[in-house]
Amino acid sequence: MAAILPSGATAPDFTLHVTPDQTLTLSELRGKPVILALYPADWSPVCGDQMALYNEILPEFHKFGAELLGMSVDGVWCHEAFAKDRRLHFPLLADFEPKGGVAQKYGAYRKADGICERALFVIDKNGVITWSYVSPIAVNPGADGILQALENLPK
Amino acid sequence: MSLKVPVGAQEHVQGDPNAKCTLVEYGDYECAHCGRAYPIVKRIQKHFGKRMKFVFRNFPLGEMHPHAESAAETAEFAGAHDKFWEMHDRLFESQPYLGAPLYLKLAAELNLDPEELRNAVEKREYAARVKSDFTGGVRSGVNGTPTFFINGERHDLPFDYEDLLGAIESSLALT
Repeated sequence: MAAILPSGATAPDFTLHVTPDQTLTLSELRGKPVILALYPADWSPVCGDQMALYNEILPEFHKFGAELLGMSVDGVWCHEAFAKDRRLHFPLLADFEPKGGVAQKYGAYRKADGICERALFVIDKNGVITWSYVSPIAVNPGADGILQALENLPK
Repeated sequence: MSLKVPVGAQEHVQGDPNAKCTLVEYGDYECAHCGRAYPIVKRIQKHFGKRMKFVFRNFPLGEMHPHAESAAETAEFAGAHDKFWEMHDRLFESQPYLGAPLYLKLAAELNLDPEELRNAVEKREYAARVKSDFTGGVRSGVNGTPTFFINGERHDLPFDYEDLLGAIESSLALT
């Protein structure tokens, strides 16, 4: 398993497509906590469960003022179809070109497989990682760790 | 992972309150896997008899399952009139037909006032209770449905009859 960026590290900034004609830059979200959820692929059954679960828990994340971002190496059109099918209400970032470039900066890329790890990062309002976790690839890590990390942020 | 919210007095519990083993299910009435688990749990309950009690908590994935929340609220409405398990069972047995017409029909079958039920569901009177189950589940590590806890510990194996049976036997052996 890759050594993912630990708490205390500055979250590497990035600009990635969220829709075919829109990009999102991490540093634009300064001032609020960000949950970055890397996952291996759209459509695979476990991811579907994980993203579907986060979709349901979104109001809980918003209580902390936090933004949730999903990220995989899938392209924007794939993300668009996936988000539409699962009725996801949060952005999916396409770490598509160079493939896995951002995931690599976070230490969460599986080069041999060409996919992101199933990794979670909670980033505070100043852009510093306060919690990170990598789950076995086939295991849905749930949301309890994220909620605990959000609770631990200084008020 | 372990259960963060202990089984309380207001919960839906089936079986001997003093049973040595407690099986908690977090479920969604519209989830096909929960539908598959329903008869398995019945068999498990029959097998263990007085040695196990069963608790059902709501974990509706409302974005994915448009009827999951209204079904959960319907069961809670019935619960407020001491008919929780009757409604719970009928909802799972009628899983493909979830929706207002079914709820009203089931209410009438159980001698509950269909109009009162319609109002309760429309006004979301039981939404807070359902939500509170859901939130507690998330904190306990529920990551999909159904998720089972056996004496407070999450059951991570499949929920086939043999797997549940074995896990409960092991848990009972420890008590």
